Amino acid sequence: MRALVPAPALLRAALDAASEAVLLCGTADDTILLVNTAAANLVPDVATLRGALTAGADTFTVEHAGRHIAGRRRTLDEDHYAWYLRDRTEEVNRAAALSAERARTAFLADAGRRLSASLHQGRCLRTTAELAVAHLADAAVVILPPHRRRSTWLRLTGGERIVEGSVAESQLSDVPGMVEVLGGFPPIPSRWLDAAQAPSWLGLGEIGALLVTPLPGTAEPAGALILAKRGSTFTTDDEILARIFAARAGSAISAAALYREQADTAAVLQADLLPPELLQMDGVELVGSYQAAREALRIGGDFYDVFEPTHPGGDTVLALGDVCGTGPEAAVLTGKVRQTLRALHLVDADPAEMLRVLNQALLQSGRQHRFVTLVVGALRRADHGRVRLTLATGGHPPPLVLRADGTVEEVPVSGTLIGAVTETVVRPAEVELAPGELCLLYSDGLFEARGGPTTTAQYGEARLKAALSTCQGLPATATVERVRQLVSDWMHGGARDDIAMLAVRAPVRTALSLRDGGQTQSSFALNTRRVRQRS
Amino acid sequence: MTVFTPNPPLDLDDPGLREHFLRLVGDGDEYGAVEVVTALLEQDIPPQRIMMDLIARTQSRVGELWAANEWTVAREHAATATAERALAALAAHTPRRPDRGRITIACVDGEWHALPVRILAEMLRLDGWRVDFLGPSVPGPHLVTHLHQTGPDAVALSCMISTRLPRAHAAITACRSAGIPVIAGGRGFGPGGRYAQTLGADAWAAGAEEAVARLASSWPPPPRDPQVHAFLGDDEYTHVVRHRPDLIVTGMRSLMTAFPAMASYNDQQTDSTLEDMGHVVDFLASALYLSEPQIFTDFVDWTNDVLQARGVPSPALRAGLQVIRDQLHDYPRALSVLDAGLSRLSP
Repeated sequence: MRALVPAPALLRAALDAASEAVLLCGTADDTILLVNTAAANLVPDVATLRGALTAGADTFTVEHAGRHIAGRRRTLDEDHYAWYLRDRTEEVNRAAALSAERARTAFLADAGRRLSASLHQGRCLRTTAELAVAHLADAAVVILPPHRRRSTWLRLTGGERIVEGSVAESQLSDVPGMVEVLGGFPPIPSRWLDAAQAPSWLGLGEIGALLVTPLPGTAEPAGALILAKRGSTFTTDDEILARIFAARAGSAISAAALYREQADTAAVLQADLLPPELLQMDGVELVGSYQAAREALRIGGDFYDVFEPTHPGGDTVLALGDVCGTGPEAAVLTGKVRQTLRALHLVDADPAEMLRVLNQALLQSGRQHRFVTLVVGALRRADHGRVRLTLATGGHPPPLVLRADGTVEEVPVSGTLIGAVTETVVRPAEVELAPGELCLLYSDGLFEARGGPTTTAQYGEARLKAALSTCQGLPATATVERVRQLVSDWMHGGARDDIAMLAVRAPVRTALSLRDGGQTQSSFALNTRRVRQRS
Repeated sequence: MTVFTPNPPLDLDDPGLREHFLRLVGDGDEYGAVEVVTALLEQDIPPQRIMMDLIARTQSRVGELWAANEWTVAREHAATATAERALAALAAHTPRRPDRGRITIACVDGEWHALPVRILAEMLRLDGWRVDFLGPSVPGPHLVTHLHQTGPDAVALSCMISTRLPRAHAAITACRSAGIPVIAGGRGFGPGGRYAQTLGADAWAAGAEEAVARLASSWPPPPRDPQVHAFLGDDEYTHVVRHRPDLIVTGMRSLMTAFPAMASYNDQQTDSTLEDMGHVVDFLASALYLSEPQIFTDFVDWTNDVLQARGVPSPALRAGLQVIRDQLHDYPRALSVLDAGLSRLSP
């Protein structure tokens, strides 16, 4: 059978009808012999491709007149070869758009995570500037709305450290677009802002483009974000991204502002309810410790206080108590109790009298089901370095006394709880502390602490007394810390109740009792008490 | 023996001075200890050197003396309290205006070794940091509240005992979730701070001087996602932690059978033994949490030394480990950790 050889015109027509661009070339001198229609459409002037065609490789990609072209070379016979060209423009654009979209998503996810991390306004501002410089611009300035006629600002230029400062409200209008942004109007596009007019206090130096974006807040703007680029300009996409980012930054900053306002208010209220700083008085060691069940708040239903003598030679008064309940409600009542006691101290009431009057006061305050247990003590120096304490309790665990020989005694006081019934019974008692002896006032959270190996056992009075007896000869700070530590170990990080302690120790001249070594051991026990590495 | 007389000029390199200072803190002689520190300051000796070469070194000696059963717990407590007073006096004599960032310093929840951390706080203060020292045993929520209110540039977290590592991990994750980088320190983080990295800390420092140097350069570290290191442990860890009371109580019963003499223990001896069983379980749990058997073998080695110093023979510790092991037959990783511990004790 004889093969049909198509006419050249037919071959040409077939090539022109193909969608692929084809260039037929001669091997000898690389002349282009034929350009099909698709190729002529793709590259009107084929000569401009000459460099890529004759580079010697079998493939090339080139950008030509805004189009991305890929070429593939095939040898046809000894004297001819062809280039098959493909337009990759769409593909390249799609890939570029996809990776830009991915970068944007990653940036916004990262921004969301980092901005939501902190409730501290300073940190939110810093994070905003850092993110902006990492992803959006060469430099960023965050400006807060004016407060008392001044605005604080924070600037970060790539590769430098953050700089903070403040500016008078009147100077804000020097920044192009700022008045609109802080006034709650839509931001002005970057192309309408003259970068050269950026005032020198912004510290941006020579810049090519400026973008001023509002940081949206809860009801009014939380501030403004100024972005600057050195060379290039901001595209519309850049501006949209900056606005989305600014929305997230703005809500983080305004949430932080709200939190700060609340925290500041709480701190003011809390300050009066926190336990007082204790001073050493006349050589007597006074040490308090307070641990609130709700640690984040640091206030609760336990309290202690110390009132200095009202006149020279007068008594120092100590009080430690426990209001029923925990948290802020209980804390507020502790404030009232402390204030009442302070007033009673000013009129020289003795501890038993103080409890009786406090009982009346609480009953008449009208608040139902709010009672308190407490210990009140009047302290004065006696002869030979001794300290005398008159103690009275209202339904509170009796204080413990650590004697010089290591024995632990309960002070024989009793009394009914305060604020519950009109008739109270108070039986005060006196104790004398020899030099180095210690009296511990504490709240029931201490021995009611649940934990131990079974997690449900109470620490109990027996363990508390045993623990205290090991503190013989210790400074009062060390005793309080040791008891606190033993109870904390006992609870093993379990739920906590409020725990308050107040220790009084008669002044000691020397601490000779510490000088004997050794300690009693169990025969089996890994009796390390506090296991830790060699320090 | 030459008698040391604390007359100026004092020399920090003089072993006699260190012995003298050790005696002062051991006797709870606050005034004497403060006098030594102020005399050194008056000789223009840098406060950092006084802290590191005198106070910190003395504290190491105190720990050794306790471990060797030469000092009682009470004397050790008194020494620490006295050293803290000396440190406070030193701080009062060396004002410094802060010109760096702000840092929060805390001991992990349940961790009471505050003196080394107080020294770190003073070292950083002298380096220009504004320091918030939150004290020993800081519960996680308290720490995080503080971070939101003050927005520091760093948190320095101390952990001296490896049983606190799961809680240290929670604290590290919480700080980093609040956007604050963490530098870890203390022996609890293992040799070379190896466990600190596993727990997601941004940096680790062996001591106060190293921490000061690390924070002075290349801080803050680049932000990373805090959730990457957020979960550790496995079902064996969960089992051991959830059954801690059973493991201890059952173990105690087995010990009573094996050692009938224990029946005559008083309450305090029983409590001590229960507590020690608790340590065995806690170190085991920590070793499982981090997949680091060395946490457990280090504990066994150290406890054995402490017990030898107190005349308690190894078989007692062996028995303690064995009764826990007997209850964990279905937990291969726990068994291999306990076996590694048992292999450290001569039979």
